[in-house]
Amino acid sequence: MASREDQKKARIDQYIDDNLKKVFSEMENDSMPDQIMDLLSVLRAQDEELKRGK
Amino acid sequence: MPDPKDELVTHLPALRAFAMSLTRNSATADDMMQDTVLKAWTNMNKFKPGTNMRAWLFTILRNNFYTSRRKLNREVADVDNAFSDTLSVKPDHDGRLQMLDFRQAFEQLPDEQREALILVGASGFSYDEAGEMCGVATGTIKSRVNRARIKLAELLKLEDNEALELTDNATLAVVGSPGLPT
Repeated sequence: MASREDQKKARIDQYIDDNLKKVFSEMENDSMPDQIMDLLSVLRAQDEELKRGK
Repeated sequence: MPDPKDELVTHLPALRAFAMSLTRNSATADDMMQDTVLKAWTNMNKFKPGTNMRAWLFTILRNNFYTSRRKLNREVADVDNAFSDTLSVKPDHDGRLQMLDFRQAFEQLPDEQREALILVGASGFSYDEAGEMCGVATGTIKSRVNRARIKLAELLKLEDNEALELTDNATLAVVGSPGLPT
């Protein structure tokens, strides 16, 4: 059987992981910066150009 | 066969969250993101289909981060608290204040511990996967995660919290304690 200390440690670990997931999920929901979206557009356009050039 | 570049786009929100948690600076995080997307896009032929693309992207980003950190040799100097500043609403009640405390405590962890904790605790990678991504043994990742949890518990004074002394969830639920796990 798990000791009182083990159970407490498990609760603390769970608390930390739950908060980490919450924080990480909030950051995932942030809008993507324009510079990244612009870069993707440039890369896609380059790919299209390469395809047409073949 | 689906284009892996389409899959790459689906991982960008997680990649940015990882970049923010690693750099703690929004401008640096966005620069790291740009480098990573560019590298991944132009080296897509090196990605092995059927393997974990998120792990591959995270690995490129963290390698960029540590390379540039070594070059700049300014581990803490460029931190702008981006991680704790991402709270969009002013802290106006206990839950939000506790979340802010948590973020501030998290920012104080050393890079390697923060990285290990995010990979294993928040992103769902196994210890083995995280070890492979960071180029260290599984045991090293376990040790980093463990030390990170101990440090966070210390900073947040979780060891002293009476609610965490209780031995069963039912009792904890009855007594109640905002922000603590039930």
